[in-house]
Amino acid sequence: MKITVSSTGLSALDRPRMPMIALVVFALALAVFFVFPDRLSLAAYIGIFALFALSLDLALGMAGIVTLGHAAFFGVGAYTAGWLALAGWQEPITGVVISGLCAAALAGALGPFILRLTGLPLVMVTLAVGVFLFEAANKLTWLTGGDDGLYGMTFSPVLGIFEWSIYGTTDYLYVLAWLALAFYGCHRLTTSNFGLALRGVRENRLRMSLLGSSVLAQLTLAYALSAFIAGVAGALLAQTSEFVGLEVLSVEKSIDVLVILVLGGVGHLYGALLGAPVYLLIKDMSKEWNPHAWMIIIGFMLVFVMLVARGGIHGVLHKVIERSRGKLPNGEPR
Amino acid sequence: MEQFLASLAFIVLYGGTYGAVLFIISVGLVMTMGLMRVPNLAHGAFAALGGYLTILLMNQAGMHYFVAVPAAVILVAALGALAERAIYVRLYNIPELDQILLTVGIAFIFVGGLALTFGPNVFTIRLPEVLSGSVDLFGRSFPVYRVFLLAVGALIILGFWLVFDRTTLGAKLRAAVDNRSMAQATGINVERIVMLAFAAGTGLAALGGAIGAGLFPLEPLYPIKYLTIILIIVALSGFGNIKSSIVVAMVVGIADTAARYYLPELGGFAIYALVIAAVAMRPAGMFARQG
Repeated sequence: MKITVSSTGLSALDRPRMPMIALVVFALALAVFFVFPDRLSLAAYIGIFALFALSLDLALGMAGIVTLGHAAFFGVGAYTAGWLALAGWQEPITGVVISGLCAAALAGALGPFILRLTGLPLVMVTLAVGVFLFEAANKLTWLTGGDDGLYGMTFSPVLGIFEWSIYGTTDYLYVLAWLALAFYGCHRLTTSNFGLALRGVRENRLRMSLLGSSVLAQLTLAYALSAFIAGVAGALLAQTSEFVGLEVLSVEKSIDVLVILVLGGVGHLYGALLGAPVYLLIKDMSKEWNPHAWMIIIGFMLVFVMLVARGGIHGVLHKVIERSRGKLPNGEPR
Repeated sequence: MEQFLASLAFIVLYGGTYGAVLFIISVGLVMTMGLMRVPNLAHGAFAALGGYLTILLMNQAGMHYFVAVPAAVILVAALGALAERAIYVRLYNIPELDQILLTVGIAFIFVGGLALTFGPNVFTIRLPEVLSGSVDLFGRSFPVYRVFLLAVGALIILGFWLVFDRTTLGAKLRAAVDNRSMAQATGINVERIVMLAFAAGTGLAALGGAIGAGLFPLEPLYPIKYLTIILIIVALSGFGNIKSSIVVAMVVGIADTAARYYLPELGGFAIYALVIAAVAMRPAGMFARQG
């Protein structure tokens, strides 16, 4: 028996296998390294946002936490990595881990308070937290550099071997390695009992608490794990660009990452891998022509995805593949 | 003492005008949030459209400011009614996340469209001569423009009071906010009320966008840039509570101005700490009846 789920189309009891599509995406990502050696900085940037969107999928897709303030954790990660480097801690990998932990600590502290809320109030509070941090960073110029941002940081070579280069070769492979690691971790998480419990919370919070599940603790843990990955993504941005600007904390970043995830497809993990390249390539291609015109394309795509192609790029791909295998009769939705 | 009074007058007038514009822009969303429970993240886009249309009508059609603004308001209100029937009506019974994303999509389309039509730069609306001078109040000189904003805000509040407390339409609207299905059951045409409220709300946003352009400069990113402050007003007001939205907008406007004046190093950020605490403690709004 299949139990169909409202918002994502995932069947609650269907534990995903290590998806082929992820292997294909990572193979393509490796191919990019050889085919576009001159665009690797952009590719690294895309990888960072895929990682950020992956973190949101953990909170939103798995645990059902609707948030408009995820940039808070991305920004905390980025600033932590920047401060560490400026203070002399230039080893990149431990820097990333520490940054992730700081973001997770913030989420762990906030979670018990804000995750009691659901629906619109939750959206509002996550938004307010995000704006609060942005304004705080804007005002605490001695700490964050304010509008000028943090700059002048350097990092030692990755693993002591791979020098950072201006062509972004090290940057790209480094980001890709983190992305693959995080993806594997998230995949293991979704197939674990904890992942299943989270889906239960997402579908019916009351029922899970009646079953004796400690809903708030589970949600907080999921939120902190998600924040850890978001913090890692932020730290990677700081390390690859050697700069931290205020915009890492902005509401726009929170909206960006939400749109990336939805375009890719919520709740399947690999939606993040698909949405980030599409979103950022469209943005990059039209940027030189008119700085905001790309938003019209994204806007129409978003409306199209929500009204017609539920499940995003992943949903469409999935349908095409299943149909070609003859698994899905034409009449059945999704 | 005199200096204190003067600075107080400054804060009340500047904060008050800021609050008045915030109120005019946000009240439509407060209403529709109460009626339809849709977090319309494209609300700011209607405000931006009001401002840009005013510019268009003044520059292309050669209209006077006082003609162009009402014309823009009516056009945007009509567009709002149309959008409600065509798009928003589909959003009423879907999950919040979907509502957010669809309305973000609409806001993005507006931003892109404005950027394509008007270019990426900031536009200013030329004020008529009547509004560009200054007057002396409490020993300080204030721009007439600010006094004008306050007057318009007061008129809108008066209008709301008249419609809400003195007409059957207002009574029906209040009934629909309080209990939609009960209102429907008593024979009120809730769908029509919703459409009217949406049109009025978008029209008011357009008015705020047009006359408030001196405080919130018109640029393509307007719909996203001022979304946060609009949503904060809505969240603090409670969904559908118009009276509290007047108070909230004024308090936020004045508190924000006062904080920037007396504690410039803290600036706008003190207000957000209060907002988080307020919303977390009373998710239904500041003046909601506790039940």
